[in-house]
Amino acid sequence: MEHGSWLTGGLVYLGAAVIAVPVAKKLGLGSIIGYLAAGILIGPWGLRLVTDPQDMLHFAEFGVVLMLFLVGLELEPKRLWSLRKPIFGWGSVQLFGSAALLLGAAVAAGVPWQLAVVGGLGLAMSSTAIGLGVLGERNLMATTSGQSLLSVALLQDIAAIPILALVPLLAAASDAPEHGSFWLGAAKALGVIAIIVLGGRLLLRPTLRWIAGSATPEIFTAASLLLVLATAALMQTVGLSMALGAFLAGVLLAESEYRRELETDIEPFKGLLLGLFFIAVGMSIDFSVVMQRPLLVALIVGGFLAVKAAVLWAMGRAMPLPKAERPVFIILLAQGGEFGFVVFQTAAQAGAIDAPTSSLLVAAVALSMLLTPLLLVAADRWWTPTLAGQKRSDIPELSEQQNASVIIAGFGRYGQIVGRMMFANGLTPTVLEHDAEALEALRRFGWPVFYGDATRLDLLRTAGAATAKVLVLAIDDVAQSVEVATLVRENFPQLTIVARARNVRHYYQLRELGVTLIERETLDSALMTARSTLELLGWQPHQARNLALRFRRHSIDQLEAMRPHARDQERLIAVAKEGRQQLETLFAQERAAALDRKQRAGWGGAAEKPDEDAAT
Amino acid sequence: MNPSEVLVLTAHPQMEQSRVNRTLLKAAKKSGHATVRDLYRLYPDYLIDIEAERALLLQAKLVVWQHPIHWYSMPPLMKLWVDEVLGFGWAYGPDGHALRGKDLWLVSSTGGPDDSYRPDSYNRYHFDAFLPPYEQTAALCGMRFLPPLVLHGAHRVSAAELQAHADTFVHHLGSYPDWPELAGLDDCIDCEVPESARPADAVEAALVESA
Repeated sequence: MEHGSWLTGGLVYLGAAVIAVPVAKKLGLGSIIGYLAAGILIGPWGLRLVTDPQDMLHFAEFGVVLMLFLVGLELEPKRLWSLRKPIFGWGSVQLFGSAALLLGAAVAAGVPWQLAVVGGLGLAMSSTAIGLGVLGERNLMATTSGQSLLSVALLQDIAAIPILALVPLLAAASDAPEHGSFWLGAAKALGVIAIIVLGGRLLLRPTLRWIAGSATPEIFTAASLLLVLATAALMQTVGLSMALGAFLAGVLLAESEYRRELETDIEPFKGLLLGLFFIAVGMSIDFSVVMQRPLLVALIVGGFLAVKAAVLWAMGRAMPLPKAERPVFIILLAQGGEFGFVVFQTAAQAGAIDAPTSSLLVAAVALSMLLTPLLLVAADRWWTPTLAGQKRSDIPELSEQQNASVIIAGFGRYGQIVGRMMFANGLTPTVLEHDAEALEALRRFGWPVFYGDATRLDLLRTAGAATAKVLVLAIDDVAQSVEVATLVRENFPQLTIVARARNVRHYYQLRELGVTLIERETLDSALMTARSTLELLGWQPHQARNLALRFRRHSIDQLEAMRPHARDQERLIAVAKEGRQQLETLFAQERAAALDRKQRAGWGGAAEKPDEDAAT
Repeated sequence: MNPSEVLVLTAHPQMEQSRVNRTLLKAAKKSGHATVRDLYRLYPDYLIDIEAERALLLQAKLVVWQHPIHWYSMPPLMKLWVDEVLGFGWAYGPDGHALRGKDLWLVSSTGGPDDSYRPDSYNRYHFDAFLPPYEQTAALCGMRFLPPLVLHGAHRVSAAELQAHADTFVHHLGSYPDWPELAGLDDCIDCEVPESARPADAVEAALVESA
């Protein structure tokens, strides 16, 4: 029977997700809302297929833990250190500013102060899961708003610890922990963090090297999961946030050689568990509470969203964030979050607030999480475009119709060289770059670069894609590059794409779309290096040049020959080997011939030119 | 004549600045009488596809070199083409008979006017004095060297003169081999390179390379 229920559970969760998520994506709502909808559907207020959402929520929280581990992996300690100001500065402004305003509003409305404190702090928290999930889905992690959002989320994680410790103090005095145990707890917490930092620095890498040496891939996966689990468990025993621990472990491994492997191993678990987490959130919305006092719930949701949005709006102006990035930043941080659930539950358990109030607040937070993806869709449609139309003195959004014959999409290391050569030859290409920070630096150097995301059809049109001759596709993100290529091929057939390929896979993807002028970004510089190396080993510079150019020709022909097998890994390897052998045989024959000629010293070396022949 | 049997090889390092060579190139392409190859366009990196060039030569009966005279000779890529494509053991030397019996026609232009190619002028020699390397290149490959078509004073030529020149050029491409000037032309002299001209090993090595 146990076995049966386990199977049914799996069926229900996976089935719901597999149906709801693609439907939601098709409707343009994003995967998160699909998961939430799936949760509502199978939960106690839907089909009643699952009745204990709280258990599932606890289990699925591990998805958030894994996500923060992955976020940590992307942040080297140095970069984290450079984020200390945004974390403690702007993070505190968000959390305590929102909490204070909410507290004030609640007290003014006649709510008892204990409840107001708990509610204020709980509602001021935002959902890290949805926030970072959306950033990942939209590829915004590296933008200014992405980093700011991460900073605030990190501070919330850190602040959750003292908040959770303080909440019980608000209840009756008898329930408060003794001072001795508080200090003991603090000491333990510091001890565990020290263990993680030191262990991560000194032990983790040798251990991982040893495990990787055993050459059993699934054991490395197991070790990756074990690592995150152990860190999380360690943190929980001393009452710290599991997610924070996992984040720390991630940061400590960000510089290790196993970063990519850890990432690929953990990623699928994170994705599934995070999905489960959203399903659980959907299930835990207590619609009976909402039905009983719909107006009050609406008031709470609307009220706290408005207050937090106001604080975030002010932050966005003061930081300042690029205008077009502000809607996402505000909406993602205005919502309530999973920490809110924990705060309310803890408070209810300690008796600081009563159970009905707690479930009312939990429902409000869950509803705000459900609203967030919808708000984002609405903002994309109505809010962001109006911001894009506004011009700012320092970062002009591309809004006026352009008509240059060349458009350069992506003005990073690659696009800049292309652009400089264009400018040097008297051309003025229309340059699009969507990293606001890089853009500001470029503009300081006097480059006429426009702020704009080339994956947007309307923006391409404004950039003159319908009249231009060439689009230089120099975006470094593979997915975005392919997206732009697809868009251009479909909508602007007259526009020739000259593309940069990050790697062979990217090359083939572009080739599939009918792009023919593609340069692999490392090929030519690597060949120049090979040339220099041959020269240093005694080859004549001109001979090294010829060999490099012929190698280049061969490499490109080979790539084309392998294209039909691009999806068949084994065939690909076979063809590649064959091609390499051909070239090696050819070069070897030529070397032998040259050596032979050299040995005929009496004949004065290579002489197959007719004029010399005639002279003999 | 089938267009694949007339092969025009054009070479100008600054085609964008050459009114004459651009006109001739366009006219030849438009005529449909010939296969036209703009060498500087095909090989901007000087990496000549030897196999492709030889395959086209094998099909051709008339090979046309259309280039300006620079420093009394051909532009560097044309010379590289000669060096690499007309290989020992293929175009000349033992078993080097690939081009035997074909015709080579030079269509060229000079910056200096007609009367500068005189003993008493700054070019000091008649233009014909600069042609022996061409003639002998053709002879060594067993090709006939046809009377060149040369336009002197290319910088100052009038539009009408240029048009007439291009018309002559195209007309020749179309009417080959029925040219009046070919009537009295001798067959090619035989220039067999004896085996002894090179050490046997070197010959072998060169043959491997050209294979």
